[in-house]
Amino acid sequence: MAVITYREALNQALREEMARDDRVFLMGEEVAVYQGAYKVSKGLLQEFGEMRVVDTPITELGFAGVGVGAAMVGLRPIIEFMTWNFSLLALDQVVNAAAKMLYMTNGQFPMPMVFRGPNGSALQLAAQHSQAWESWLAHIPGLKVVVPGTPYDAKGLLKAAIRDDNPVCFLEGEMLYNTKGEVPDEEYVIPLGKADLKREGDHCSLITHGKMVLVALQAAEQLAKEGIQCDVVDLRTVRPMDVDAIVASVKKTNRAVVVEEGWEICGVGAQVVDYVQRNCFDYLDAPVLRVHQADTPMPYAKAIEKAAKPDVPKTIAAVKKVLYIDD
Amino acid sequence: MTPSKSPASRTAAGGKTSGKAGAKSADKTVAKTDAKPDPKVSEKAAAKSGTKSAASKANSPSSTENRKALHTSLLHTMLLQRRFEERTAEMYAIGKIGGFCHLYIGQEAVSTGFISLLRDDDYIITTYRDHGQALARGMTPRAVMAELFGRVDGCVGGKGGSMHLFDKSLGFLGGHGIVGGHIPIAAGVGFAIKYRGGDQVIVCFMGEAAVNNGAFHEALNMAALWKLPCLFVIENNRYGMGTAVERASAINDIYKRGASYDMPRDVVDGQDVFAVRAAAEEAIARARTESMPTLLEIRTYRFMGHSMSDAVSGTYRTKEELEKYLKRDPILLLRSQMEENGDLSEAEWTAMDEEIKAVVQDSIDFAENSPEPALETLYEHVLVDTTSD
Ligand SMILES: Cc1ncc(C[n+]2csc(CCOP(=O)(O)OP(=O)(O)O)c2C)c(N)n1
Ligand SMILES: [Mg+2]
Repeated sequence: MAVITYREALNQALREEMARDDRVFLMGEEVAVYQGAYKVSKGLLQEFGEMRVVDTPITELGFAGVGVGAAMVGLRPIIEFMTWNFSLLALDQVVNAAAKMLYMTNGQFPMPMVFRGPNGSALQLAAQHSQAWESWLAHIPGLKVVVPGTPYDAKGLLKAAIRDDNPVCFLEGEMLYNTKGEVPDEEYVIPLGKADLKREGDHCSLITHGKMVLVALQAAEQLAKEGIQCDVVDLRTVRPMDVDAIVASVKKTNRAVVVEEGWEICGVGAQVVDYVQRNCFDYLDAPVLRVHQADTPMPYAKAIEKAAKPDVPKTIAAVKKVLYIDD
Repeated sequence: MTPSKSPASRTAAGGKTSGKAGAKSADKTVAKTDAKPDPKVSEKAAAKSGTKSAASKANSPSSTENRKALHTSLLHTMLLQRRFEERTAEMYAIGKIGGFCHLYIGQEAVSTGFISLLRDDDYIITTYRDHGQALARGMTPRAVMAELFGRVDGCVGGKGGSMHLFDKSLGFLGGHGIVGGHIPIAAGVGFAIKYRGGDQVIVCFMGEAAVNNGAFHEALNMAALWKLPCLFVIENNRYGMGTAVERASAINDIYKRGASYDMPRDVVDGQDVFAVRAAAEEAIARARTESMPTLLEIRTYRFMGHSMSDAVSGTYRTKEELEKYLKRDPILLLRSQMEENGDLSEAEWTAMDEEIKAVVQDSIDFAENSPEPALETLYEHVLVDTTSD
């Protein structure tokens, strides 16, 4: 198995799927000549030409709509948002068109398309550029929402997303692009809606997705040194959510901490907690706790930005709390 | 809907520009375009020769002394922005500044040209490429640098950083990170001015790539429909990140977009501060006295990469192109004109440069010594506190 970056894994998925199906095309800002704002689409223009790798003006609502139109009549668009922060301008097409088209048309018009791009905060990009949107999108019936945390998952899930006949929002992590991991040489596809148990332990379940997978794994590693063993359940897809995987883990550990990048109120973790209380009420030995971004817009200054973000120490503290361990 | 107050009252009150037939200054260089003449523009141009002579008057004060003072002050404003940005790049490289940081080098005549003609009670709004405008408006280098450093003495206490400079007392309304997002906000400010019956104006700076965004069109339509005192100033620096204007806009002469809204419009050489000022003066007068918006395309060039994370020349533009534009450095152009006029000696230039460099160094020292914001500030200003009385 080769060790490649998350960026390369995504690039491979795009390349393989575009080669496999000539209805698939990539459209977005700087995807072609500039080779991608984050170089995810590197080399694709050269390989597939300008009809299939299309630079757009800065016109998110417009090109998201172009994607919807093309999908209505049989193409399979991949619409790249330079970051999901800018997708807010396009939400009308994502939510009012793509997500509802099949339903409104009584099944006549599936939307086999992917909206993708980096999500969440990076470093010191301040309030307008540091937002994790998966809970917003996961709220919408008619969408699937995928949030991969590793190169392996990024590749296999993006391939599945492109092959899916439904609109899939695919949220990458800007801070993950350079992270590395093993990716098989042979082709593979990871089904959407299946969680992955990234680490096993009996004491507490860490339920997470996206960029926070790495945070949860690091926390679990450090906790293991103190003899605390955690399950790390990587949801990978937050809609549909793999309830069975969550329930199985919590029934085993009897305790859970949900870690997510975004805000607390109505976050993904709130939904996880609901599934847990409904399905594992008699199994719980402690209230489920959540680790998330502070309930504020993201500030610029380094120290307060750090304070705002969920991280390893906050995760460790939450696990100890559900285990009633005082430090 | 019709805004409640008529602008007529202040047309009478506001000082109308006289149509004095001042000599047409060589400074007034509305750039030629290779495009076919736009009848609407020429029509309007013909109809407004009165303000045109006033415009050239603004650049050519009667006495040599006044001219020298004016030109020196313009040069100073431009050079301050240049030196500030050069040091900003350095501070970024050594990690004192983080996040996205977009330099203004090459475009200084645009901010300077417009802002030098504004009144204290006028408003400015701009994009994330905002250091130049902030300095031109009189935000102190200390307040800007401390913000870039993320310190409490920054103009927004370290909350915003490079892309989000604001100062209410200067009518400086940001510093906005979402392309196009601030353009309707400018229309809103114009609406409020008209609503209150004031005669201020708002200058809305934007990049040329923003005109492809729906927000631009929605804002221009409302501004034209409701006759709002807005100047929409497009800094056409040829690129939106790595995309040349021809690759993003169906119309290469961006100012022509104003035709869709029947809005007065012009295209201006943005490397010539006098050309910018002439166009600015006319548009400001139109907004102030007639409450009419104007769309101005200012042709300039981005001397640096899009941001600190983008190479200076990159793959999307050639070194030759960059070098060609570097020759039309707005500061060098002004400097040589002043030298020709006998308004700037070598010693005066050096003294100004030294003084500015010291001011910028001072801003760095100041930022360095300013404390980081305390942790509890993270939770401040999410909402206005309505619990206490
Ligand atoms: C809605 C939105 N889409 C994309 C971006 C990312 N982005 C930031 S600046 C920029 C280019 C803008 O170019 P232009 O308007 O010409 O301004 P310039 O940077 O040249 O000053 C892009 C694509 C953004 N900030 N907002
Ligand atoms: Mg530009």
